[in-house]
Amino acid sequence: MARDFRQTLKTKDFIVTAEAAPTKGSSIEKSLEHIELLKDKVDALNVTDNQSSVMRYPSLGICLLIKEHGGEAVLQVTCRDRNRLAIQADLLFAWSRGVRNVLCLTGDSIDVGDHKEAKPVFDLDSAQLIHLVHALNSGKDMAGNELNGGTDFCIGTTATPSADPIEPQLVKVRKKLEAGVDFIQTQAVYELDELKRFTEFVRKWDEKVKVLVGIVPVTGAKMAQYMNENVPGIFVPQYIIDELAQAPKGTGINKGIEIASRLIRKAKDEKICDGTHIMFIGKEEKVPEILEAAGLL
Amino acid sequence: MIVAERKPMEEIIQMIAPYKKVLLAGCGTCVAICWTGGEKEVGILASQLRLARSNEENKIDVVQATVERQCEKEMVAELRDKVDGVEAVLSLACGAGIQTIAEVFEDKPVFPAVNTTFLGRPEGEGIWLENCGACGDCFLDRTGAICPMVRCAKGLLNGPCGGTRKGGKCEIDPDKDCGWVLIYRRLEKQGRLDLMQKYYPPKNFRAVKRPGKMQAIKA
Amino acid sequence: MNGKIVAFCCEHSAYLAADAAGKQGLHYPENLRVIRVPCAGRVDIIHILKAVEENATAVLVLACEDGLCQHLTGNVRAKERVKYSETLLKEVGIDGKRVGMFNLAANAPHKFIRIINKMNEMIKEQGEGK
Repeated sequence: MARDFRQTLKTKDFIVTAEAAPTKGSSIEKSLEHIELLKDKVDALNVTDNQSSVMRYPSLGICLLIKEHGGEAVLQVTCRDRNRLAIQADLLFAWSRGVRNVLCLTGDSIDVGDHKEAKPVFDLDSAQLIHLVHALNSGKDMAGNELNGGTDFCIGTTATPSADPIEPQLVKVRKKLEAGVDFIQTQAVYELDELKRFTEFVRKWDEKVKVLVGIVPVTGAKMAQYMNENVPGIFVPQYIIDELAQAPKGTGINKGIEIASRLIRKAKDEKICDGTHIMFIGKEEKVPEILEAAGLL
Repeated sequence: MIVAERKPMEEIIQMIAPYKKVLLAGCGTCVAICWTGGEKEVGILASQLRLARSNEENKIDVVQATVERQCEKEMVAELRDKVDGVEAVLSLACGAGIQTIAEVFEDKPVFPAVNTTFLGRPEGEGIWLENCGACGDCFLDRTGAICPMVRCAKGLLNGPCGGTRKGGKCEIDPDKDCGWVLIYRRLEKQGRLDLMQKYYPPKNFRAVKRPGKMQAIKA
Repeated sequence: MNGKIVAFCCEHSAYLAADAAGKQGLHYPENLRVIRVPCAGRVDIIHILKAVEENATAVLVLACEDGLCQHLTGNVRAKERVKYSETLLKEVGIDGKRVGMFNLAANAPHKFIRIINKMNEMIKEQGEGK
């Protein structure tokens, strides 16, 4: 059943969220399956927004479905496809229909997607987007106009703990923290030292924000190499690629799940962060296995 | 400087297919400097077009002319005699120049032989890099004089996105530097990182209402 | 230049070789047209294109051997220009093989003849024109 995510963040020891990509089309059966499978196993379910710049059914639409089926949804909003008017309008609508949590992101570049000639918007960046949500939360729009009904969103954002160089990335993270966020779901982490460094930095500026380590299971050496080259923000280290290469044929996915759950357990046991955010796009049905292996069910 | 690149040959040939006599108009300023549309390039393209249309039934007569700046009406007007004698004009100037020649000779079809791409500067011999977005609301004072509108592929104002590649390369193109890593390094060098740590509100994208217009006053 | 093999010959190498070939009575095709240049680097792209426009069967640039250019990099520049000319010709459907760049020394009249004859044969095999 739906539990207020903001409350969960305040009270739960180790927070668990996962991500589902909307269907590419108007038929929502697959998304409904994912929702049914995951809504009661996680504290909140993110829905991606034209992820990897591939056009899909909107995040907002699936979030509404999640609400209808008694789950807790996190609406993902990127800056790539909508200008400040459209984003504010969408958020007013989302709020009016019961969506309570929003994740603010820059958005992948158009070039990695399937509409490579589209015009990228980027009217805002992710820090400005966070400020935008705060404006709506205070009953005003970005231009300072009083609203006939505002919002009270729980605000989240992303960060890339394995960025290299890390310093420019941290400058931006600090700005986001100063703007005020309730939670951070990081990009994929494979090196917990990097996560530790990141969380320590975050704590310097904000003791209350919850950091959820992003976990992207890798199911094969080739896949890992592909992701390193093509997926923004992902850096699978060599030793994991080697471990995957050594796994017997056909067991790649189990190895991937094993590695993922190992990372989660360690992060949890050593209290390196406040929770985890599992991203297994295309294999959402396997997420319960990871949760089980990590002892989170 | 304005940088332009010659259009693919198939496009050019297709544009002037219906015409038997054309003027190839070059410009001696920006496009000449980036080796796209100066007098020399006019000569080469003219030769290529004559070779492409060397079939007896399809011959083309190519008149050549290059003016110092094709965006100046007075300079373009001097081509009147040549323009009168042709059916169409194929211009190798930047978009500003092409449209000027089209305005001065309004009854003549004018075609672009180049794609105007960006404002930039030379990095090495023949290598041009975009470095200004002509946004009308210059931000260079806040970024150590590195333009975030164009040197950051997404035009972000508050730091990098999460997609920076290892070594500080851009998510979109591994051969390009992440603009915000460059800004960070520049400000760090100057001990002015406080500029990058400030929050900058959304950009005024209406600083220049297109089409831009400016009344200059001569001192 | 109709039907001619146009050979731009550097006066420090190829031109002397051509001259020697003539003096030794070596036989070369009648349609050869030698153009003497102070350096292969003097040949510009437009010269090559114009020769092709004037129906030259082939256009050659003959330069000094690698590292021996009297003007240091003339032969290097010539090589790049010939390559670029091939690209430009290809853009308008003309076989790039009609253009070629070769290096030789002043005392190599036989090599000069070989180059010219080989080019002539190749063109004959392909048939005249584009």
